Amino acid sequence: MNIWALLILPLASAVIITLLTRKNKDLSSYISIGAVVACFAIVAPYILKMFGDPHMHPEEQAFIWLDIPGLMVEIGTLIDPLSIVMLTVVTFVGSLIHIYSRGYMHGEEGFSRFFACLSLFIFAMIGIVISNNFIMTFIFWELVGLASYLLIGYYYQKPSAADAAKKAFIVNRVGDFGFVLGIIVIFYATGTVNFAEVARHIAAGEVSNGTLGLASLLIFCGAVGKSAQFPLHVWLPDAMEGPTPVSALIHAATMVAAGVYMLARTGFLFAAAPAGAMEVIAYTGGITALMAALLAFGQTDIKRIIAYSTLSSLGYMVMAVGVGGTNAGMFYLMTHAFFKALLFLGAGSVIHACHTNDIWEMGKLYPKLKITAVTFILGSLAMMGIFPFSGFWSKDEVLTSAFTSGHTLLFIMGVFTAFLTAVFMTKLLIVTFFGEKRYHGHPHESPSLMTIPLIILSIFAVIAGVVGIPGVEPSFGDFMPSFGEGHGEHHFNYFVAVTSTIAVFIGIFVGWLIYSKKAIDNKQLAANWSGLYAALVNRFYIDHFYDTVLVKGIYNQIARISNYIEVYIIINFIINGSAYLTRQTGKALRLTISGQLQHYALAMVGGVLVIMMMYVIL
Amino acid sequence: MTITHYLILSLLLFSIGVAGVLLRRNTIIVLMSLELIFNSVNISLAAFSYFLQSLNGTVFVIFNITVAAAEVAIGLAIVVSVYRSRKTVNVEELDEMRY
Amino acid sequence: MEGFPILSAIILAPLIAVVILLFVQERMIALIRTIAVVSTSISLILSFYLLFAYDKALGGYQFIEKIEWVKSLGISYHLGVDGISVAMLVLTSIVIFTGVFVSWVGIKHRIKEHYIFLLLLVAGVFGVFASLDMLFFFLFYELAVIPMYPLIGIWGSANREYATMKLTLYLSLGALFALLGLLSIYFTSGAQTGVYTFDMLAISQLSFDSGYQIKVFLPLLIGFGVLVPLAPFHSWSPIGHAAAPSAVSMLHAGVLMKLGAYGIIRAMWLVPEGAQFWMPWVAGFALINIFYGGMVAMGRKDMKFMIGYSSSSHMGYVLLGLATVNYIGVNGAVLLMFAHGIMTALAFSLIGFVYDQAHTRMMYDFSGLAKKLPFVAVAFAIMAFASSGLPGLANFVAELMVFIGAFKEYPIHAIVAVFGIIVTATYMLRSIRDVFFREPQDKWDHLKDATTFVERLPFVILIIVLMVVGFYPSILVDLINTGVVPLVDKVNASTLG
Repeated sequence: MNIWALLILPLASAVIITLLTRKNKDLSSYISIGAVVACFAIVAPYILKMFGDPHMHPEEQAFIWLDIPGLMVEIGTLIDPLSIVMLTVVTFVGSLIHIYSRGYMHGEEGFSRFFACLSLFIFAMIGIVISNNFIMTFIFWELVGLASYLLIGYYYQKPSAADAAKKAFIVNRVGDFGFVLGIIVIFYATGTVNFAEVARHIAAGEVSNGTLGLASLLIFCGAVGKSAQFPLHVWLPDAMEGPTPVSALIHAATMVAAGVYMLARTGFLFAAAPAGAMEVIAYTGGITALMAALLAFGQTDIKRIIAYSTLSSLGYMVMAVGVGGTNAGMFYLMTHAFFKALLFLGAGSVIHACHTNDIWEMGKLYPKLKITAVTFILGSLAMMGIFPFSGFWSKDEVLTSAFTSGHTLLFIMGVFTAFLTAVFMTKLLIVTFFGEKRYHGHPHESPSLMTIPLIILSIFAVIAGVVGIPGVEPSFGDFMPSFGEGHGEHHFNYFVAVTSTIAVFIGIFVGWLIYSKKAIDNKQLAANWSGLYAALVNRFYIDHFYDTVLVKGIYNQIARISNYIEVYIIINFIINGSAYLTRQTGKALRLTISGQLQHYALAMVGGVLVIMMMYVIL
Repeated sequence: MTITHYLILSLLLFSIGVAGVLLRRNTIIVLMSLELIFNSVNISLAAFSYFLQSLNGTVFVIFNITVAAAEVAIGLAIVVSVYRSRKTVNVEELDEMRY
Repeated sequence: MEGFPILSAIILAPLIAVVILLFVQERMIALIRTIAVVSTSISLILSFYLLFAYDKALGGYQFIEKIEWVKSLGISYHLGVDGISVAMLVLTSIVIFTGVFVSWVGIKHRIKEHYIFLLLLVAGVFGVFASLDMLFFFLFYELAVIPMYPLIGIWGSANREYATMKLTLYLSLGALFALLGLLSIYFTSGAQTGVYTFDMLAISQLSFDSGYQIKVFLPLLIGFGVLVPLAPFHSWSPIGHAAAPSAVSMLHAGVLMKLGAYGIIRAMWLVPEGAQFWMPWVAGFALINIFYGGMVAMGRKDMKFMIGYSSSSHMGYVLLGLATVNYIGVNGAVLLMFAHGIMTALAFSLIGFVYDQAHTRMMYDFSGLAKKLPFVAVAFAIMAFASSGLPGLANFVAELMVFIGAFKEYPIHAIVAVFGIIVTATYMLRSIRDVFFREPQDKWDHLKDATTFVERLPFVILIIVLMVVGFYPSILVDLINTGVVPLVDKVNASTLG
C-alpha cells in the first residue's frame, strides 16, 4: 500500500465531510472512522515487519515541494521503527477514539464538524510522524495546532471554550517562535532541513557546539509549547473545554506527545548538543512533572485532574529525553497513550452518565457503571505504575535513565511525583467510584460503542509494557536507534524499581487514609495549609501572572501606547497638524486680500518702484 | 524741443494718473486717471516714433486709442451697473472681493 | 496566440468596458454588471494564460509590445512581463474579478459610475505591472490612484471625505517623489548616452555613478514607499481601507499597496547600487512596520482598521524580504505580495459583507455570529489563519521564506519578525473569538449568511487560491524565481566601492 494514502485518506475524509456530507451525520462519522481505520490497516503490515526485523532500514520517499536557489524543501515520508511505533499509537488509539466518539457525541449539533476536525487532526498528526524534514514537521506541527484549536473551540458558543481555544493556539505559537528560529539556525548551519542530511552533517562534526546548543534549545521551545512543558503548560488544562474524546486523542495520547516524538526524531541533534542544553531539557521536564502532580490536588474537575496528570507524564517523557533516555521517553509515550486515552474515555463515560465534571458530585458510581469503573481502575493502576501494568515498566525505564545517568535530584523528583500521582489517582478513584453517593439523577452505563473501546484500551494499558520487559525480544529499545544514536539496551535496576514501588504504595495508602478511611480530614488539611492550598487552586498563580502581568500589563499596554502614538502623535499631531498649519498659513495670507482695489494698485506700484530701485542700485 | 521734454511730460502725466488711481475714491475719476496713464504712454510712443523716424510707434498709438476706447466703454458700463445696484461708485465701499 | 497583443488586451479589456458603460443607461443594472464581469473575466483568463504560457526556462521579459509614441522624447508604449509581473497580473485579475462580484452584492446606488471608476483603476494597475516605459509606468500609476478619490468619496462609509482627501494627498505626494526620481533617471541616462529615453530595458543596461544611484534611489523609495505603505507614511492606508466600500478596500489593500512594493523592485532593478545602499534602512523601517503596525492592530476594535494596520504590518514582511536581496528573501517577498493580496481581499470582502447588513464593524458589538453565519465564519477563520501564517495557506510559505532569507542578512530583524507572527495570531484569533464565537445575540438574528452563488463566488475563489498556492507553492514560486534571480544577481553584482 502506498504510504501517501496515510495522508490522503484522512485529508480526503475531512474535505468530503466539510463539503458534501455535512448534513448526513451518520455518513460523516462512517467516512471519518473508515479513514482512520484504513490508516491503521496500512500501518499494520509495517508493525509486523518491524517485529520481524527490528533494525529495518528506514524507508524514505519524497517529492520536491519548493525549490529556489539556496532553498529546497521536500514533502517526504520516513518510515523507520520510531515512526512506526508512533503511527501505531496514532492510528490505533485514534481508531478507538473515533469509534467511541460516535457514541459520545451522539445528538450533538456539530456532529459532522466534529468528525471533519478529527480527520483533519489525524491527517496532520500522521504528517508529523512520517515527516522526513524539519519544515514538513513544522507545517504539520502547525496544522495539528489548528485541529486542536478547532476542537477545543468545538463548543464555540461557550466563552470559556472560545478563550481556551485561542489560548492554546497562541501559547503554542510562543513555542513555535523558537521552533522556527531553530529550524532556520539548523538550515544555515547545515544547508539542508532533511533529517538524515542534517544528522550526517552533525555527525561529520561540521556544526560548532555553540550552534548545536542554540539550535537544540530553540527546537526544544517548540516541544515546550506543544507538549505543554513549564512555563508554557498553561494551555493544556484549559484545553479540557473540548469534548472528552478530543482530550483523550489530542490532549493526552497523541498531539501533546508530538513534542516528545519530535525530540526523539531529532535525537541526533540532542545527542550531539552540549550537556548544558540537555540539562535544561531534563530539568524542564522534571519541574513540569513535579509541579503538575502538585497542581492536580487543587482541581475538582475530573478532566482537569487527568489533564494535570498528563502534564506530569509529559514532564516525565521530556525528562527522560533530557537525561539521554530517548527510548525510555518513547516507551513511556506509548504506554501513556494507552492508559491516558483510557482514563479520558472513562472520564467521558462518567461525564456522559452524570452530566457533570465535578468529582464531588459523583461518588459511589461503581455499582452503576461497572465496565467503566473497572477499566478506569485498570487505567489508574497503569498510570500509577504498579507491577506488572504497562506503566510500571515505562515509568521504571524513565526513572532508571535518570538514576543511572547520575541525575539524582531528577530521580528524587520523579519518585516524589510518582508518590503524588498515586495519592491523587487514589483520591480520584475513591471520590468518583466509591464512598458515599453524591450524584443526581440516574446514571447508567454507556452504550457498547463506548465501552468496547474502553475494554480494548484497558487490555493494552495492562499488557503494552511487555515490549519493555527486560529479556523479551524484540525489545522496545531495539526499535529506537535510528540515525545511529545508541541508547539501545534496557536497563533494569532493582533499587529503582523497589523505591518507586514503595513510593507508589505509600501514596495509595495516604490517599486511602485521607479519602476513604477519613483518618485525616482533608478539609482540615486544606485549612491548615491554606496558603499552599490557595496556590494549588490558583495553579501557582502562573496563569494569573501571564494574564495580568504579561498580557494585560505589558502586551496590551504596548498595544495601547502604540495606538496612542498612532492616533495622537502621528495622525493628530504630525499629519493633521501639518494640515492645520497649511490651513492657518492660508488664513493669515488671506488677510492681505482687502478687497480695496487701490491697495492692490498701491502694491503694484510699490513693486514697480522696488524693482526700479534695485535696477538703479545694482 | 528734444525728446526729453516729451518724456518729462509723459512722466508727469503718468504720475498724475497713478496718483489719481491710488488716491481718488470715485470710480469715474479712477477711470479718468487710467486714461491719463494711457495717454502718457501714447505721448511717449508718438515722441519716439517722431524722433526715431519709425512708424511702429504711431501704429501702437492708434491701437492704444482704439483699445482704450473699448475699455472705457466697458469700464463705464460696469460703473453704471455697479451704481444701479449699489447706489455708490466709491471704490472703498466696493470691497465684495475681500477675504 | 502568436503575435496577439495579450498584455494590451489585458489592459484594454477594462478600458473598453468603461467606454461601453458610458453609453449604457443607468437603470440597466443587469447589463452593467454583465459588462463588468465579462471584461474582468477576459483579463482573468488572459493573465492565467500568461501564467502558463510564460516560458520559465527562457526567463527575462516576454510578450513584449513596443510602439513609438513620442519619438523625440524617447517615449514609447512598451509592454513586457517577467516572472514577478506575471504573478502580480494574476493577483490583480483575481482581485478585480472577485471585487466585481463583491460590488454586485454591496453597491446599491450609482452602480454604473462605480464600475466605471473601478475598471479605470484596475486598467491602471494592469498597466503599471506590464509597463516597461517609465513614463507609461507613471501614467498608469496615476490612473490607478486617481479613481480612488471618487470611489471612496462617493461610495464610502463613515469619515469618507477626510479619508479620501488624505489618501489622495498622500498618494499624490508619493507620486511626486517617484516622478522626480524617474525624471532624474531619464535626464541622467540621456546625458550619459546622448539618447534620451524612458525605456526601462535600455536604462537597465546602463551603469550609473554610485553616488548618483544613492541619491536617486531615495526619492523613488519614498515615492513608492508611501504606497507600500512604509512607516511612518502609512497613516493614509488604514483609514482609506476603513472608509472605502468593500471592493475598493479589496483593490486598495490587495493590489494598490503591491504597486508600491513593485515600484521599489523596479527601482532596485534600475539603480542597483542605490538599492544596496538603502536596503539596511528599508529593513529597519520594515521592522517598525511589522511590530508597530501589529501592535496598533492589536489595539483596534474596528475590524477594518485592524486589518488595515495588519496590512501595513504584513507589507513590512514584504519590505524586509526585499531588503535581504537574496534569492530566498526576495522570492518570499514577492510571493507574500501575492498571498497577502489575496488574503486581504478576502478579509475586506468578508468584513464588508457583515458591515453591509449590521452597519457596524466594532468587534465588541458582535458575538456568536458563527451560529448565524457559518459560511462567513469559516471563510473569516481561513482568512485569519492565513494571515497568521498557517501552513496550507499561501502566506505561510512566503513568510517562512522571508524569515529564512532575512535571518541570513539581518538576524535580529528576523527574530523580531518571527515574533510578529505571534502578534498577528493574537489579534486575528481575538477577532474570531469576539465576533464569531461566544453566545449568539438576538439583535443579530436578522443577519443573513452568504447563500447565493454571486455572494459566495468571490469568497470561494479567494479561498481556493490561498489553498492551492499554500499546498503547492511551486506553482508560483518557480515563476517568480525567474524574475527574482536576475534582479538579485544584478543588485549583488554591484558592490559598493
